[in-house]
Amino acid sequence: MTNAFAGGAAASPSAWQIDAVFLFIACVSLFFFLLVEGLLIYFAIRYRRRKASEDAALSDVRSNTLLEIVWVLVPSLAVLAFFTYGYVVFRDVTAPQPGASDVNVTAGQFLYEFKYADGRTAVNELRVPIGPPVKLIMTSRDVIHGFFIPEYRIKQDILPGQYTYLYFQPDREGTFDIFCTQYCGVGHSNMRAKLIVMSPDAYSTWKAEAEGAKAALPLFEKGKELLERFGCLGCHSVDGSVKVGPTFKGLFGRMVLLEAGGEAKADEEYIRESIVDPGAKVVKGFPNAMPTFKGSVSDDDMAAIVAFLKTQK
Amino acid sequence: MALPENGRSRGYLAARGFRSWALTLDHKRIGALYLYTTLFFFLLGGIFGLLIRIKLMYPGQAIFSNQTYNVLFTLHGSMMIFLFIIPGIPSGLGNFFIPLLIGARDVAFPRLNLASYWIFVAGILVILGSLIRPMDTGWTFYTPYSAKTGANIALLSFGIFLVGMSSILTGLNFIVTVHKLRAPGMTWHRMPLFIWGMYATSIIQVLATPVVGITFLLLAMERVFGIGFFDPAKGGDPLLFQHFFWFYSHPVVYVMILPAMGVISEVIPVFSRKPIFGYKAIAYSSLAIAFIGFLVWGHHMFVSGMSKTASIIFSFLTFFVAVPTSVKVFNWIATMYKGSITFESPMLYALTFISLFIIGGLTGMFLGALATDVHVHDTYFIVAHFHYTMMGGTVMGLLAGLHYWWPKMTGRMLSEKTARWGWLLTFIGFNLTFLVQFYLGFKGMPRRWAEYPPQYQTLNIVSTVGSWILAGGILVMFSNFIRGLFRGDPAPANPWKGLTLEWQTSSPPPEENFGTVPVVTDWPYGYVKRKPAGDG
Repeated sequence: MTNAFAGGAAASPSAWQIDAVFLFIACVSLFFFLLVEGLLIYFAIRYRRRKASEDAALSDVRSNTLLEIVWVLVPSLAVLAFFTYGYVVFRDVTAPQPGASDVNVTAGQFLYEFKYADGRTAVNELRVPIGPPVKLIMTSRDVIHGFFIPEYRIKQDILPGQYTYLYFQPDREGTFDIFCTQYCGVGHSNMRAKLIVMSPDAYSTWKAEAEGAKAALPLFEKGKELLERFGCLGCHSVDGSVKVGPTFKGLFGRMVLLEAGGEAKADEEYIRESIVDPGAKVVKGFPNAMPTFKGSVSDDDMAAIVAFLKTQK
Repeated sequence: MALPENGRSRGYLAARGFRSWALTLDHKRIGALYLYTTLFFFLLGGIFGLLIRIKLMYPGQAIFSNQTYNVLFTLHGSMMIFLFIIPGIPSGLGNFFIPLLIGARDVAFPRLNLASYWIFVAGILVILGSLIRPMDTGWTFYTPYSAKTGANIALLSFGIFLVGMSSILTGLNFIVTVHKLRAPGMTWHRMPLFIWGMYATSIIQVLATPVVGITFLLLAMERVFGIGFFDPAKGGDPLLFQHFFWFYSHPVVYVMILPAMGVISEVIPVFSRKPIFGYKAIAYSSLAIAFIGFLVWGHHMFVSGMSKTASIIFSFLTFFVAVPTSVKVFNWIATMYKGSITFESPMLYALTFISLFIIGGLTGMFLGALATDVHVHDTYFIVAHFHYTMMGGTVMGLLAGLHYWWPKMTGRMLSEKTARWGWLLTFIGFNLTFLVQFYLGFKGMPRRWAEYPPQYQTLNIVSTVGSWILAGGILVMFSNFIRGLFRGDPAPANPWKGLTLEWQTSSPPPEENFGTVPVVTDWPYGYVKRKPAGDG
């Protein structure tokens, strides 16, 4: 068990603005809650029937126009204040920010693919430097997904056939959760990504290293990196635990039972087919939930992935 | 329902046998049938809810798979909403008590009433039939997921269409009944407030339900013929479904809550022995809520991709529902001022309704305000909020009504002691289950998650333990109902000394409700100046 109160603190200036609205509404609401609850409990005790014979009330008051006008006006003013404050901050945090760097986001069951302006892509990991605001340009390739960074207090649904946008300004180093908030199928709760905010220096070093390191990796390590990059490990574990899809541990060379009946040997051809046409041979007991990676996994990548799977005894 | 013995009248329960129930035209029997049916789905949906909470104690695959979890939360939500909360008070208590409270012999169209019950049952059977391939969409059925998933969505849509049709017919029946069948002397301002609540509810049912019928018809056509209303690849709009869906499903929130508010408006004055405070304000606020309720559906869609201008307008309009609602709460509290208050179980549930509903209402403020809604939307904050309004509100209102009217419905009393134990456990369990979920949501845990990162586990365990206490309370309560049905003490005609008309006939009432139709000369809340009728 871990500390339930750790994490989740506001992590950007706009998050603090939103927290201020929270606090304002919470204080006013708490006042009304204590008022109503206090009166209810006070009246319940003060005017409880003490003797069975007291079968009638002390008062026959049926209405009081002044009082009723007051308790129409006071809540009206309170909700107008809630609306106005909530609107002003919403306007500010969703407004386009000048000088923002663009990142394209394509959501699919059950991963986010990030595409940077310079052509780099990454799955389920968004790295940005501290400083310039970021504009996410988001679309979905299947159903509706959500994009939620709790510590930034921002959220936006991602729709197929349409772009939606989200702005944020990273001003603190750290790793932040990205959650899918629109129910999207069996892997919904595993559709998580990380936002990694780096110092400008570290960011440019990482960027250079990421470019350079790729070619030098041994094949199976490149395969592992690819599985991480394409988000495969969100649904397939390497330690034997069961997630949305079957585990990779001990997979290669084994016979697997199929949902449609019969069995297949998990060899190179089976793995290739499962990546480009995942619905063709679905493993028994698992949903046909995987998207096709046809076109995004090259022949070289495929070879590296197979090489990695062979190492997972 | 069971019966008084020792020569007391069995009232409307005199006839026995399947046909006497299945073909009855008596609004009381039809109301009872609705209550049995909806309470069954309350218990079934509750079991699904418990399973959901057990899964969420341990965020792994230990108990059952994520897909099973998705099916369970979908069934929990759909059954609770479509088969319990929406029809529960309106069709159950409404059918039973609208004619009694206005001094009528039956509803305006008894045959239509029977037909609407059996259409409801047919809808349920179709829905259950569609579960051969269980649905996993959530109760909101958002496209395009619902257009792609493997479940029998088209058949299911037809079932919901039938249930909706039953709801429309019931609403229509009630509107005509209230207009045409009030007892001599019962002017609009002498009507009990439960009737005002039901009248406003019926207007929503008649006007809003056709929209959900059409929406599900479109969804079925999308699936069967691939027309593409909601499919962007064919030029459709995935958000269109959400607009249609919430155009019904927001107003229907008031179909759930207005009748419960009506029950509370009956119970508070009786147990305070005090005229209700601000009768007209309570009566007209029901109509105001019904009207404003049609203008606010977009507040479910602030982060959906809808235009920002639309979000701002919907946020503004949403807040105006809060005003008539808070007027009701203030009036209930003012009714207790200088009363002579007793705390039998109906009153305990009514006061619980007020307390929990305030929490639901005030946390709604965070959702109406744009900036804060963006953060907590689709998280456990929402889950907590709607459980406070729907379970803390509507279900507590229904339970207040069941305990209050039980003697009238069955001719037998419930055990007060057991009722209080049931209430206490329910109250503690409910708050333990749902209060912590506000915090989970604020910390970012999205709803409909089968698994979650470890930082959320502690509070999920608290919530799950709470759900067991809550289930214990419900169990105690239902054991009291079952015992009361067969072995409860015979009920007098007017055990709570109420002044509304239902207490002026025997418990249980005879087939046509009143020996002679009562003549009404005053409103029903004059507790100080009038002596209560009946043998209380």
